[in-house]
Amino acid sequence: MLWAVVAPPLPAPFSDWFAQRGWSPRRHQLEMVEAGRNDRDVLLVAPTGGGKTLGGFLPSLIDLAERGPRNTAPGLHTLYISPLKALTTDVERNLMTPVREMGLAVRIETRTGDTPVSKRQRQKQSPPDILLTTPEQLALMCAWEGGRDWFSDLRCIIIDEVHAIWSGKRGDLLNLGLARLNQFAPMARRVGLSATVQDPDAIRRWLSRSISHREVGEDMADLVLGDPGSPPIVEVMDRTSGTIPWSGWTAAHAMADVYARIEQARLALVFVNTRFQAEMAFQMLWEMNDGGLPIALHHGSLAAEQRRKVEAAMARGELRAVVCTSTLDLGIDWGDVDLVIQLAAPKGSARLIQRIGRANHRLDEPSRALLVPAHRFEVLECEAAKEAVAENDLDADPARTGALDVLAQHLMGLACAEPFLADDVFAEFRTSAPYADLTRPDFDEVLAFVSSGGYALQTYDRFRRIVQDREGRWTVRNAETAQRHRMNVGAIVEIPMLNVRLGSPRRPARRIGQMEESYLSQLTAGDTFTFAGQVWRFNEMVEIDCFVSPAPPGSDPMVPSWGGSKFALSTYLAHRVRRLIADEAGWSRLPDEVREWLEIQRARSLIPSTDEMLVETFQRGQRHYLVCYPFDGRISHGTLGHLLARRLERAGRLPIGMVANDYALAIWAMRPLGDVDLEALFQQDMLGDDLEAWLDESFMMKRGFRQCAAISGLIQRRLPGHEKSGRQVTFSTDLIYDVLRRHQPDHLLLRCARADAASGQLDVARVGQLLARIQGRIRHAALSRPSPFAVPAMLEIGREPVMGGTWADVLLQENAEDLIAEAMELDP
Amino acid sequence: MNALRRSACGGCQLDLQGERLVARVSGALWLPETRTLAAGDLHLEKGSAFGARGQLLPPYDTAATLDRLLAEVEALTPERLVLMGDSFHDRGAVGRLDQVAVARLEGLSQRLHLVWLSGNHDPEPPEGLAGETVDQIRIGSLILTHEPSPDPVEGEVAGHLHPVATVRGYGTRVRRRCFLTDGRRMILPAFGAYAGGLNVTDPAFRGLFAEATTALIMGDDRVHAMPVARLTVGV
Repeated sequence: MLWAVVAPPLPAPFSDWFAQRGWSPRRHQLEMVEAGRNDRDVLLVAPTGGGKTLGGFLPSLIDLAERGPRNTAPGLHTLYISPLKALTTDVERNLMTPVREMGLAVRIETRTGDTPVSKRQRQKQSPPDILLTTPEQLALMCAWEGGRDWFSDLRCIIIDEVHAIWSGKRGDLLNLGLARLNQFAPMARRVGLSATVQDPDAIRRWLSRSISHREVGEDMADLVLGDPGSPPIVEVMDRTSGTIPWSGWTAAHAMADVYARIEQARLALVFVNTRFQAEMAFQMLWEMNDGGLPIALHHGSLAAEQRRKVEAAMARGELRAVVCTSTLDLGIDWGDVDLVIQLAAPKGSARLIQRIGRANHRLDEPSRALLVPAHRFEVLECEAAKEAVAENDLDADPARTGALDVLAQHLMGLACAEPFLADDVFAEFRTSAPYADLTRPDFDEVLAFVSSGGYALQTYDRFRRIVQDREGRWTVRNAETAQRHRMNVGAIVEIPMLNVRLGSPRRPARRIGQMEESYLSQLTAGDTFTFAGQVWRFNEMVEIDCFVSPAPPGSDPMVPSWGGSKFALSTYLAHRVRRLIADEAGWSRLPDEVREWLEIQRARSLIPSTDEMLVETFQRGQRHYLVCYPFDGRISHGTLGHLLARRLERAGRLPIGMVANDYALAIWAMRPLGDVDLEALFQQDMLGDDLEAWLDESFMMKRGFRQCAAISGLIQRRLPGHEKSGRQVTFSTDLIYDVLRRHQPDHLLLRCARADAASGQLDVARVGQLLARIQGRIRHAALSRPSPFAVPAMLEIGREPVMGGTWADVLLQENAEDLIAEAMELDP
Repeated sequence: MNALRRSACGGCQLDLQGERLVARVSGALWLPETRTLAAGDLHLEKGSAFGARGQLLPPYDTAATLDRLLAEVEALTPERLVLMGDSFHDRGAVGRLDQVAVARLEGLSQRLHLVWLSGNHDPEPPEGLAGETVDQIRIGSLILTHEPSPDPVEGEVAGHLHPVATVRGYGTRVRRRCFLTDGRRMILPAFGAYAGGLNVTDPAFRGLFAEATTALIMGDDRVHAMPVARLTVGV
């Protein structure tokens, strides 16, 4: 309060504008203005709807309003970066309102991958005052010639939804971009806008221009906290007209109730975790839509045009419900959403809280959310999530070191922009928080990689992609190399997608959207499947196009989509669930079906106490399963899974795959597992397991390598003249992986792939501790079929194998026909 | 189709037009009667071909391919080695071979009769390398050539198509290189480390065989036989 008296008032046009609207500026908005005046980097943490965006832009708008006339046209003043293209359009719309109403002479423009080339060229010639853009565009701008001049007037960089981007490869690339901007414009301060997080200090560190002090110190970005707002009202729909099933992804049993709630709301967002769930949910709602409510579908695989239409209709208030995936997750402020429905467990409270934030943007009114569990186990997960929200308990992203494949991509970009000396950029990289500890040898290795592939042979010296001039400065070899770099910028490695199109190869027609190649390639002519809310008949596939025609009315899709969720339940939710399970006295508070399900689990298998670990073995179809429930978190379980598979392989059981979530680990194999010595299987001593070598054989490593090869620029998916998707142009990285492993096992990209695998999968120390705890506490239930607990984990097991090992050869052997008789003579 | 028999090496032995053949686990073909070893589609220097175009693939494919080829030569001590076309990925490939690779090929040509068949990627004889270059070679009643005749034919052994087979089981699938034969003609798998493959269910293979076709699939240490009709359609 004392502070408010001391702070200088907002300049006239701004205070007038607030007054006209009957608002007073919020405390955090004034603090942001203050930080701007003091030229401080700052992180604003606030829930959605708290005037966060305006808080971010106010200092820039004030600066621009107070700026006097200049002799020359000013360059860019403020760069705003958001992780979602759609968000930039939305922010532009919201920002233009106060700018227009105050009559400020401020030019605001957007720049994304969808911006036409002519507009982008114009922006380069004549920069606006404020540019709203994406991290990928910044990466491209880092590869501009003349970037140094263009950015020289920059005063402020705003990063929106920073919590969603900072810890990951996209964040690494973005931070390197910030470090470059810092070279061009050292006085450009950073502003981060974030949702509520567990550890804001980690983000402050990431954001700061100066990282000389790694602890909280003078130079670290300031922290401004927005008002927390009313706690959200979270309801779990555990009593429905349909019976809650044991398994399934679609929440079909609850759709009639969901529809009823949609009818009662103004505009409801129905969130699901995967695109396939979105398709199913949308279909079900349409089938029961007797009231003719306008319900729309929105997910990333729909054609951009279709998504725009839905977004616009939402903004105009024309829709009553939108079934959507995380493409609608971040910060979008459309229309009057007053109810958020989450179908199937939200997999992480931060994610849930974000989604709840979508409802009701008046900060003083509580947001409403409805969780609809898809099956009985999920009821427990949803209850745990509800508790977490009430206690404001959040999952945290760990800080990590910057990835070297990202560094390689960025370095190539710099070489395309202007010549550099190695020493200079090395120093520059170390000013970027994720790369603060970059060693000179690692840097040199990355430079050698960018230049000629980083191979022990000198084969590629004559094909260098970047070369040194007489002064020793590095620059890109030619325009063609630079062009290829620009076509492949970004840290999101796309899954190979194919177009789903009407018409035929001879007369191709409208594109409906895109789907994963791995799904479409399993279809044969006549198969039917669901996409974009409709059922289609697959006709044929030519290169990157899949031609379909509408299936006859009333068709059911023949080829089931994968319902599997790719998200893991966060760790502490797993602990809560475990407690709920073990507390038999508390079962009476749970819905009947859930209690019944727990009772069946107890009858058929076991209910483990909180310090026991249950292991179940059973056969289903051709496969043999071992499911254990350590409740130790997905990362630990993933490592454990590889270790167990290694041991099962040694025991001749031919493991093929596994799935790990935060409470369970399921491994499947070609041979029975019921008689495995479990004490030996889970024994603590890991020497002699050769886990790293085993992991190198896994498909996870291969996939990791594929991504590193793409991000680092070794393999370029997009080539001039070939706008084709993954499989056509991309050289098979599996072939390269095997050859490289044999001939240069310490190559940079293999290191990158292992580092990725490690941060995603390998936590040997933790697993050691887990194994120590488990000793003597294993309870084995040998079953004739899956237990109720096992079912959800098993549903996530896909078709892709996970392990290397001998299973493949045995599979071939078993399938091979007895066509080859044993020879009597020993011919070679 | 004639009987297939298991060789001690794990490969598959069969007769084609009266000639005995062994389909080796490595993807090479052994003709014991004339002590001829054949391997197709090595695509040497494919890695560096991409390198010249800006994609710096690991330049170890030639070494890896020659490692496997020489291991077969050591194991079988052939008198003649027939490389069945597309031995080099492009016209400049020979010039990109490093000294070690050149020496190895030279060494081969000194210990056996080295025959290069011309392929579509390498229609000209490899400059500076020893060995005889021909479009096709007759061995007994067999003709070895690079590109397979488009219609059913007797006694032809060819490459060019890089056949691979996909087999399903246990809810997953396995994809491996394979030989294709109907007892009258044969198509070899690609031998090269970076050669890549085309699924035998692809239309490119249609019409080549008169009779039911068998895929001889290269496992880890044995060749497995499967009728093509039972294989999984795929890529």
